[in-house]
Amino acid sequence: MKGSQILLESLKREGVEVMFGYPGGQVLPIFDSIYDSDIRFILTRHEQGAAHAADGYARATGKVGVCLATSGPGATNLVTGIANAYMDSIPMVAITGQVKSFLIGNDAFQEADVTGITRPITKHNFLVKDVKDLARTIAEAFYIASTGRPGPVLIDIPSDIQMMDTEFDWPKKVQIRSYNPTLLGHPGQIKKAAKLIATSKKPIIYAGGGVITSGAHKELKMLAEKISAPLTWTLMGIGGFPATHELSLGMLGMHGTAYANHAIMESDLIIAVGARFDDRVTGRLDAFAPNAKVIHIDVDPSSISKNVNVHIPIVGDAKSILTELLKEIKKTPNTLEWLKTVEGWKKKYPLVYENDNKLRPQYVVEQIYEVTEGDAIITTEVGQNQMWAAQWYKYTAPRTFISSGGLGTMGFGLPAAMGVKVGCPGKTVFDIAGDGSIQMNIQELGTCIANKINVKVAILNNGYLGMVRQWQELFYKRRYSQVEITSPDFVKLAESYGAVGIRVTKKEEVRAALEKAVAIDNTVLIDFKIEPEENVFPMVPAGQAINQFIGGLA
Amino acid sequence: MKHTIALLVENKFGVLARIAGLFSARGYNIASLAVSETLDPDISYMTIVVEAKDEKILEQIKKQLNKLIDVITVTDFTKKEHVDRELILAKVSYCAKDKSRLENICAKFVGKVIQRKGDTAIIEAVGNLEQIKLLLEELNKFGIKELVRTGKLAISG
Repeated sequence: MKGSQILLESLKREGVEVMFGYPGGQVLPIFDSIYDSDIRFILTRHEQGAAHAADGYARATGKVGVCLATSGPGATNLVTGIANAYMDSIPMVAITGQVKSFLIGNDAFQEADVTGITRPITKHNFLVKDVKDLARTIAEAFYIASTGRPGPVLIDIPSDIQMMDTEFDWPKKVQIRSYNPTLLGHPGQIKKAAKLIATSKKPIIYAGGGVITSGAHKELKMLAEKISAPLTWTLMGIGGFPATHELSLGMLGMHGTAYANHAIMESDLIIAVGARFDDRVTGRLDAFAPNAKVIHIDVDPSSISKNVNVHIPIVGDAKSILTELLKEIKKTPNTLEWLKTVEGWKKKYPLVYENDNKLRPQYVVEQIYEVTEGDAIITTEVGQNQMWAAQWYKYTAPRTFISSGGLGTMGFGLPAAMGVKVGCPGKTVFDIAGDGSIQMNIQELGTCIANKINVKVAILNNGYLGMVRQWQELFYKRRYSQVEITSPDFVKLAESYGAVGIRVTKKEEVRAALEKAVAIDNTVLIDFKIEPEENVFPMVPAGQAINQFIGGLA
Repeated sequence: MKHTIALLVENKFGVLARIAGLFSARGYNIASLAVSETLDPDISYMTIVVEAKDEKILEQIKKQLNKLIDVITVTDFTKKEHVDRELILAKVSYCAKDKSRLENICAKFVGKVIQRKGDTAIIEAVGNLEQIKLLLEELNKFGIKELVRTGKLAISG
């Protein structure tokens, strides 16, 4: 079998149903094999789109996303998408063509040292120098990408290797002597945690993306209910716990709810599950939750005690640890008083916006929730649109909020929505976008139309790079520097791609426009001309303690 | 404080770059690094000396090293019994009348004269950090023209 055929056969063995990518000179043999393959191939309009689509597909389905690009510029165009997946621990395999193995290092046409470039943004990467290693390398790449703390793995394949013949030898089992992720939590640590929980008076559960990766949402809910602890989540943790639940405090951190932030600051015990105490969550570190002991459940030992000191670390898979912990908790804490206090904060500092007759973005997001009955999958771009999407839609199931958390990549939402829709064709998929971000990968509308991937794009159009403008307003005396941004006529643009464009300028048009968008069997782009200087509140200025808010009622 | 860490790693291309990248990406300087094959040619042994301001940074370094797929084991010798040695080659100024003085110093401190050519002698020495330091102080009196060091090698004791 030729190397390129081995690649396709190996992908099939791994259960790959779809890949996203773009052809080029050094992947011609692979594309010749794709011609004969029954794996669905989605030709994007830019390699960055392919990487984000594979990432969105992985986030929505839990399967490994696959993207493919040629050497040099094809591969470097994947880089942002790979870094994005790395920061959010998304299982992805990126395959790149490389110049012929004997030309590597010669500055050949379209050559780049892609394994060198992606070394710090992949969980692992491979340069295949012998066709005999190819099948095993692919098996290892999928194994590494999808186990432990997941992440992207890149395989760089020189074009001569793609053409070489060898026997197809698929490994029965992948074993890497130096890679053995810890999945089962230490029983002694779990016992200690159960004891500490029993004696706490003001416990809070702080849930992150690990809950979703591990599929631990049911166990998480059981834990919260069993110990009657309020629960807050990170941006990545959205959907891991129902926002409609009475113990839910919503998101915490810089744009979290005031009551979530007050609660974690005043708590005496933080039970962190699959979260990493990111600076957007903790604010000023030395002022963060001064009286709290910390139980930290995480599959990655390097996340523990990296930012805050942890009293009881439990390394392993969240689902299995929570299952054991639930068995171990025999005595539950009395949290009645604590819940009353938390309820008081909820009443005193509700999440609000000025719901007048103006067209405000929060209202648009609420209406998306209403119209889709909370059953859509939401992707976001990055900036204000992302925060409004996080705050004003009530997520009740995991893998329904798809957003670039760690890297904060503008241009993520549309290609990610594409990947989500391919993975979950029965779902309505909305990209909640800004007018700035959407223009970073708008070319993917072409991919949506050509492949009949029907996504809905809600552009919250304020004519600004809104989040930067907000910072300039609040911290730079309204000296608006390079934040006004023009856009094309989005309705005409949508139409020129073959999509449907709708413009909404008034609050009373929102509902009908959304209903129409959901009903149309095509990609629809809605241009909401929102209040230009609306801010995301509450807000904790960077570097402040997270109970020091500005704006809103906090 | 300087810490000595030993690694067993896969003997493959790119592994050293991964390890070096892990330090450089976080702004940590490697004080010394010695790498070579072990009895098993598929595995290399690395002795890394690194400056870490506090325990927390050292913990992070060890955890990050452990996370690398190609790293098999990480051993921190900071609080562990071990033996360490370093080899140096030093070119010193030399004239015939210094012969016995130089040889005495070498005999006293772990060194030996391995070449004399014109006005230069090359000294080879193997020792621990303290021994090498003392030898270098003595050799400095002759004038060290050039010095190369392997960096520390450490093995559990």
